[in-house]
Amino acid sequence: MSAGRDPGLQPERTRLAWRRSMLAWTVVTALAVRLGSTGGTVGALSAGVAVLVWGAALVLCWPRATGTGPARTGGRTLPLVALGALGLALSGVLLVIRGLW
Amino acid sequence: MWEAIRRWFDPADLRSVGEPPDYRFSLANERTFLAWLRTGLALVGGGLAAAQFLPPLPMSHLREVIAVALLLLGGIVAIRAVDHWARTERAIRLGQELPASRFPALLALAVGAGAVLLVIAVLVRAIGEG
Repeated sequence: MSAGRDPGLQPERTRLAWRRSMLAWTVVTALAVRLGSTGGTVGALSAGVAVLVWGAALVLCWPRATGTGPARTGGRTLPLVALGALGLALSGVLLVIRGLW
Repeated sequence: MWEAIRRWFDPADLRSVGEPPDYRFSLANERTFLAWLRTGLALVGGGLAAAQFLPPLPMSHLREVIAVALLLLGGIVAIRAVDHWARTERAIRLGQELPASRFPALLALAVGAGAVLLVIAVLVRAIGEG
């Protein structure tokens, strides 16, 4: 990306936004693993799934976060990442509800 | 609804609409999506933290209720972020006005109401102990 063409540094800002998002995801995954580690078999399973989803999100978003590969916006990455976040939320709900018994 | 979900996963469908926009608008739209995604992740993280770090509260299961509410809110925010991103991208390509949304106001009210309830819970406990 030539600097003269883009004084607003839009691609860089977007790249950093992807990085921030993956960092936030990492923190949430750590919390999910910690909660799962106290929840027996179901907890261990959901912690494992959280780590797998985190890895998948990282692989999926890596080109956008680092600027490697072709520059692109939109596409399937966005809905997939959002579904991953929803999955994290739902597995958390499952763990919390299960902890009541 | 299923039609909208199918469209999220079909980039070609989005590209078939209107004119290719200035790429900076698409990048800005994507950053807005990411900001909402982080908002959703923060709510999910808050729910996960509430479930494991909150001390017992005066009402039974209030901790679990708070955690589940935050987790569900976070999931909704993430999914709504994609929907809003797709509708905005469509509007940009068609040169239409951007989609208006009540969601930010509703989210703010929900978070505000939750904070007020928590303040009440903390006060109830403080009075109960004092």
